[in-house]
Amino acid sequence: MTAVAAESGAPAAPSLPSSPGPLVRARWAVSDTLTITRRNLLVWLRVPAFLVFTVVQPVMFVLLFRYVFGGAIPVPGEYVDFLIPGILVQTAAFATFGTAIALAQELKKGVIDRLRSMPMARSAVLAGRLVADTGRMLVTILIVTGVGYAVGFRFDNGVLPAILMIVLATVFGLAICCISAYTGLAIGDEESVQAFGLIWIFPITFLSSAFVPIPTMPGWLQAFANNQPVTYVIDTMRALARGGPVEASLWKSIAWLAGIFVVFLPLAVRAYRRAS
Amino acid sequence: MTQDGSGPAILVEGLVKSFGEVRALRGIDLSVPHGTVLGVLGPNGAGKTTAVRILTTLLRPDAGRALVEGHDVVREAAAVRRSIGLSGQSAAIQEELTGRENLEIIGRLYHLSWPHARSRAAELLKQFDLLDAADRAAKNFSGGMQRRLDLAASLVGQPQVLFLDEPTTGLDPRSRLGMWDIIRSLAAGGTTLLLTTQYLDEADELADEIVVIDRGLVIATGTAEELKGRVGGDVVEFTVPDRSRVADAVTAIGKVGEGEPNVDAETGVVGVGVGGRGSEALIEVVRGLDGAGVETRGLALRRPSLDDVFLALTGHAAEETEETGGRRGRASKKRASKNRASKKDAGRAAS
Repeated sequence: MTAVAAESGAPAAPSLPSSPGPLVRARWAVSDTLTITRRNLLVWLRVPAFLVFTVVQPVMFVLLFRYVFGGAIPVPGEYVDFLIPGILVQTAAFATFGTAIALAQELKKGVIDRLRSMPMARSAVLAGRLVADTGRMLVTILIVTGVGYAVGFRFDNGVLPAILMIVLATVFGLAICCISAYTGLAIGDEESVQAFGLIWIFPITFLSSAFVPIPTMPGWLQAFANNQPVTYVIDTMRALARGGPVEASLWKSIAWLAGIFVVFLPLAVRAYRRAS
Repeated sequence: MTQDGSGPAILVEGLVKSFGEVRALRGIDLSVPHGTVLGVLGPNGAGKTTAVRILTTLLRPDAGRALVEGHDVVREAAAVRRSIGLSGQSAAIQEELTGRENLEIIGRLYHLSWPHARSRAAELLKQFDLLDAADRAAKNFSGGMQRRLDLAASLVGQPQVLFLDEPTTGLDPRSRLGMWDIIRSLAAGGTTLLLTTQYLDEADELADEIVVIDRGLVIATGTAEELKGRVGGDVVEFTVPDRSRVADAVTAIGKVGEGEPNVDAETGVVGVGVGGRGSEALIEVVRGLDGAGVETRGLALRRPSLDDVFLALTGHAAEETEETGGRRGRASKKRASKNRASKKDAGRAAS
């Protein structure tokens, strides 16, 4: 162990530049974010359970609703065409459980303390988390879309609207990711974070137009389901995939998503700064 | 060794921090010269971790100031972060990744180039005896290996000042000794070290100077020898194997000691303070016991331990302050459970 003293203990050779300029700092912010992104994706690939939750579970939902529940749910047109946009949004929202849990774990284990005590870009931990989780989400969305195609779903409205639909689902997922990141950092305890996630993510996805036509719900529930962002996003996605009027629900979706970013991104950043 | 060539590596003046109603630090002063080891000793909830978190820029103090390598931890936090390393109470590593990947990622976050990050990781794995396990997921490491990896991670940036928050809490005795060796060699290499501990023997073993903290205040400062001196001299200690003769032994040495002998009826250990009369008192004790015909084992003259010191300074033993462990305000809930766990580990390590 004498080698420790000889090679790393001595402060004789500090390898870090003393005071970086703004340009260097900007470059570091990008490279630090990429490093954290890479780390998070590596972790995701290493843990089979994570892969099951992000890939197998959504696929099972598709099969379950397509072949088990779907026949009992009357919709205009084919149920599978109704279903896939709903499943995609549900998948994106559920994927953010992982965001909240991972941040809570890192907080508890002291990983975030270590990173905050290092001369790295402060924005990188949160940014890297959002980039990695959004990338992960996009992979899931593409897989689910592919499985949807295999069980009869079709884009009838051209390539560009189809791409827009995927983009909208991903941006929606990123917005929910910001909320989850905030809850993970603010609550800071894995189990509580998970329980809290159930309390809000389940209702907003199921009390929407995701799986059933809203007019089949009781009146008081319709009032909620008709006026919440998940419904607007799903309706927009259906219109993009199948054709039909897009504008009204698109603008409402954009307004909601912008509102979520404006409120929750700063909240998440603040929670990260104060995290203890 | 400091950037401006003067001043201590760590300087703390009047540091105050409260969490709501709870006053975690109530005005602490510290000064750590370059290349020395400061042991911050105190029970759970004394404010040790709060102090470390302020010095490593993770918390802002309410009042007072703290400088590390001459840089203010609030106003020049970025400069402070470039000169410090932190190894906290739990192993802050990514368990799903390998030891090597953990260190390489930290190296990249210190803005080393990929080849440099790789070679630095390899160097540290070798130094910390982790080469064999380097490419296994860290979750398969033993507790001692995880802590070594965590310490290695804190050294990636070659810090001038290293903060170790309870570096051996929860380790088994053997890993603990290994960690002590590493810490000693770091100190020998010239790194300034601040280490917190609730183990009195650990501070005694590793620290050049010890600061005793209790309930957010520094209650004593000095070398281990100076602190022991405060208890007032030496202790003659022996064991009476035949428990029924303990009372006879106490009677036999009654006039030798200063004050009442300290008797542990369960183990048969008898200790008596003899002030500065060391060897002279030892002979008297031997004569007295011989005269009474009491058989003893392990008769010795010893300097008081830091346990004796803590008791003398605070009026309570270091291990008996569980209720103060929860007095941390916002962090209390999270830490209380950890404290309970570490207390259990402490008991195991001590036995």
